Amino acid sequence: MLGFIARRLLQSIFVMLTVSLLAFALFRFVGDPVAVMVGQETSIEDQERLRDELGLNDPVITQYTRFLGDLATGNFGFSYRTRQPIGEMILDRMPATLELGIVSLLISLIVGIPAGIYTALRSDGVLSNAILITTLIGVSIPTFVIGIFLIYLFGVQLGWLPTFGRGGVVEIGWWKTSFLTIDGLKALILPAITLGVYQLTLTMRLVRAEMQDVLNTDFITFATARGIDYRSIHYRHALRNSMIPVITIIGLQFGGIIAFSIVTESVFQWPGMGLLFLDSIKFVDVPVMATYLVLIALIFVIINLIVDILYFVIDPRVRLKPEAG
Amino acid sequence: MLAYWNRIKIENELIYLFLRNPVAQVAALIATISILGALFAPLIAPTDPYDLASFDLLDSFYPPSWTDGGDPRFLIGTDDQGRDLFSAILYGTRLSLLVGLSSVIFAAVLGTSLGLAAGYIGGRFDAVVMRIADVQLSLPAILTALLVDGIARGILPREQHEDLLLVVLTVAIGLSLWVDFARTARASTFVERNKEYVQAAEIMGLHPVRIMAVAILPNILSPLLVIGTVDLAVAILLEATLSFLGVGVPPNQPSLGTLIDIGTQYLFSGEWWIVIFPSATLIFLIVSVNVLGDFMRTVLNPRLR
Repeated sequence: MLGFIARRLLQSIFVMLTVSLLAFALFRFVGDPVAVMVGQETSIEDQERLRDELGLNDPVITQYTRFLGDLATGNFGFSYRTRQPIGEMILDRMPATLELGIVSLLISLIVGIPAGIYTALRSDGVLSNAILITTLIGVSIPTFVIGIFLIYLFGVQLGWLPTFGRGGVVEIGWWKTSFLTIDGLKALILPAITLGVYQLTLTMRLVRAEMQDVLNTDFITFATARGIDYRSIHYRHALRNSMIPVITIIGLQFGGIIAFSIVTESVFQWPGMGLLFLDSIKFVDVPVMATYLVLIALIFVIINLIVDILYFVIDPRVRLKPEAG
Repeated sequence: MLAYWNRIKIENELIYLFLRNPVAQVAALIATISILGALFAPLIAPTDPYDLASFDLLDSFYPPSWTDGGDPRFLIGTDDQGRDLFSAILYGTRLSLLVGLSSVIFAAVLGTSLGLAAGYIGGRFDAVVMRIADVQLSLPAILTALLVDGIARGILPREQHEDLLLVVLTVAIGLSLWVDFARTARASTFVERNKEYVQAAEIMGLHPVRIMAVAILPNILSPLLVIGTVDLAVAILLEATLSFLGVGVPPNQPSLGTLIDIGTQYLFSGEWWIVIFPSATLIFLIVSVNVLGDFMRTVLNPRLR
């Protein structure tokens, strides 16, 4: 157990080091930090002095370790565009993205898992085929198109729901939540559906595939032969065994949702991290790009680590095969 | 010989099952029409959306020709700049397919060669490639694509960036898709590596590169083909998304994503056709590629049948 976790941890640290190296390279070699910070009329000597003060003339290794230290202590530097500290900017916008992501994930699981089970059990039914075709179309419609049409239908034509922004927010400490106002909850509906549709189709298809795989295994055949009734076979034996990989799916999906919220946030002008990142790309605001990169990778790595450990705890088969990880 | 024979058999099976699958046939038809439309866009399109002289601002916002106020010159209406929407969509599909195909090819070549080499050589090289793949997997496709685009913006001077945009876009999308190819190629190579035909080739003293390319590659192609098809849909989707977000192709070059972006601005004031037709084209294109990918996956993986 400990060896497994240690190995996974090492791997995660390696991933984070590589990503931070990437972020450092981005920060250091894309554009000239000094040229961005000073005005046109600053003399070459002043620029050189600034370069020295910032430590940009130090050996690259020294700079990288300093960069790592800064990252670890939460000192992400300043945005080229707004001159604000990046840590604050991101912390300010993170709740919006996380709340949107959590609601989308819930939508995707609450609809996706039952639909996946149903289509696996009744694989020839009319409704199953209808669901399958719908999901194929769901995978194929770009997120932004879904968003636009939801806005058009529910926002403009019917006028039921707001089409941009977060609505009213309540501050709990630094965390601004839109869960506590009617206004905020209403504003959450359309973006969450937009973001959730793609993940929903993925969940459904994966649950279906997993369930079908389990239904084809020997122990299910054996249970059938023993005369156990189908309800019990399906829900107690098959479902339980197919839920294990679903944990992985949930984990991976949350990372995907956070990344894809860039698109949804852009369509709905949702004031989250994704929108911040998109602006930083357009204005080549390198420090913000680099920080966001590290942050997303960190979220991914932590989720993967948790998923792997959960897997290990829940599924005895993984424990029996020490080399499988 | 056996390997070749098996391949021919699979291809025959592919045709056999295709002829019995009407959904796949419709999808193939739509995909073919899109490809032909894209290929022959300069011949079919009434006007050239790249030629500034060919459209007139006075013609802007004409609705489709069959509705009130439509103009027979513009079959499905015009956009905000007076461009014929039908021509713009043809050229847009051309651009979307071009970027989509070239980025998938880029990803396939990069991923397959890395995966093949990793699987065949093994050891330290394999470990390095797989660790890079781990890192890549912790960055979602859209993020990679946006980052590459952002880096290119930072490094290249402005004018050069405009010229190289399509290349940047291709690399950006391609880099976010190579891992699937690499992992699949590696896994299949592991299986093939110990087979007799590979041992025979090794004993004959063939160069490793030749063994990989001539002996192993043909035998691991079919799963890669499925990934390629599925990824084509992903690549077209990514291109449209990036263009929609304003970091893909520039707005003066019609791609399906930029057309939808433009159309969105006018949807709420009632000019629905500017967004509907490009969206429909994009969705039809992606659905048909996805259906074909699904079909191929089912055919090539007997467990799913």
